[in-house]
Amino acid sequence: MTGFRQTSPSRRLDNASQDHFIAAEAPFSTVVLKGQTVRIEDSFGQQAIDTLFYNASDTSERYSSQDTMREQGAAYISTGTKIISNEGRVMLTMTADSCGRHDTSAGACSCESNTVRFGHETRYLHACRDNFVLEVSRHGMGKRDVVPNINFFMNVPIEPTGEMTIVDGISAPGDYVELKAEMDVLLVISNCPQINNPCNGFDPTPVRVLVWDAEE
Amino acid sequence: MHIRRSPEEIEANRARYDEHQKKGLEFAPKALPGKSGRPAPAVDADRVLHREVIPGGWYWSTRVRRNEVLRVSLDEGFSTVTVVAWNADEPSERLNLPDTVKVQWTTGLGKGRVILSDMGKVMFSFVEDSCGAHDCLMGGSTASSNTRKYAGANGAEIRNTRDNLVKMTTKLGLDKRDIPAALALFAPVRVDSDGSFQWKPDLVADDDYVELRAEMDMVVGFSNCPHPLDPNPVYAPNPVTVTRIRATEPAADDLCRTATAEAVRGFENNTLADA
Repeated sequence: MTGFRQTSPSRRLDNASQDHFIAAEAPFSTVVLKGQTVRIEDSFGQQAIDTLFYNASDTSERYSSQDTMREQGAAYISTGTKIISNEGRVMLTMTADSCGRHDTSAGACSCESNTVRFGHETRYLHACRDNFVLEVSRHGMGKRDVVPNINFFMNVPIEPTGEMTIVDGISAPGDYVELKAEMDVLLVISNCPQINNPCNGFDPTPVRVLVWDAEE
Repeated sequence: MHIRRSPEEIEANRARYDEHQKKGLEFAPKALPGKSGRPAPAVDADRVLHREVIPGGWYWSTRVRRNEVLRVSLDEGFSTVTVVAWNADEPSERLNLPDTVKVQWTTGLGKGRVILSDMGKVMFSFVEDSCGAHDCLMGGSTASSNTRKYAGANGAEIRNTRDNLVKMTTKLGLDKRDIPAALALFAPVRVDSDGSFQWKPDLVADDDYVELRAEMDMVVGFSNCPHPLDPNPVYAPNPVTVTRIRATEPAADDLCRTATAEAVRGFENNTLADA
């Protein structure tokens, strides 16, 4: 874990309107208001942070990986990416990224897909979808609302042949992404508990979420 | 404060991963065949349960039973056909492309591959495929993507896949929250080293077809609209034919059911769910 890295004089630890510690393997949610900036920080490095966004006032509008990829004409999430909803609207804009690029093709791990990927003996290991269904249930939603997500700090290169692999994470302790909300959004996170592949360095760790009000 | 795992525990996790990989390699996946030959062979009339010609720009949905085959064929020229699917008995179980590509280590679907649900089960097998160029990432067109492409011509006749899927799911008693990320058949999209999408027209033909064997009872939906990357500046989707073919029991050594360790385990989950 390293110290806080400032991206703007107006966003400091002492003036954050929200500052959350998210334990390893845990779910989390919070509302980010239009104009606010949210930072998602990989505090210890090499930690996949599975993330979904919903319109806070109408959760039937939610993050759409396919709309986001189509609108930017590219597969990876990074600075400048507009996070697009299933209604084709911009939910957030990614304003800073100390890491490089992030996946939105490979989805979240689940007990069920783990049995197919790794073997039936992995069914009874904690997985992201269990985090997601538990967290969205607090907001009146269920499994069908858990749509394909963003995997911040997960490294999934796609080759021109179509081949894709989940390789060792490239994020260092303290790496961050920042997104400016273009509408009031419900942020839902599963701090990925996967220990069957290298996405978390075989040691899932805590992450931090900070929110700042709009710059004056 | 967080207490990190001990080096011994991390090493044990890594060792288990190495063991999974080793078992995967020992399985010796079957070599996948090349593309199916064109044109598509005729289907005996007594095996055809239904034949639907979906006009350009339109949508259609059908029930399908396990082991039936849906042939999607470009009998009247090139088009891109978007596919979604739900378990007929439990529609909260649905097509899941992220799991499909992650589990098979590729976005390149083709003959011998399978399509998974979000519950670790197999929904479809690609039993025939003359094309092998399908898009798992970008989905279909929307009103706004059409507006940008077909400037000045966004009237009622310029239909889009997103609105088609909303109409279809609503009529099925579902709603827009039930629309899964959609598979675009006959959409030659490739990803460059910088992540940008490219359309590779050489990978598709005007008489391509696929045959998808249903591996569970499902409701399957189609939308026949041009892909957002299709370079044709004219909105001109051709009719596509969907032929629903009578079920036959696959052979014990069926390619799609035995090609990879992952597919074998997916089918084991299907068997368990039916028991």
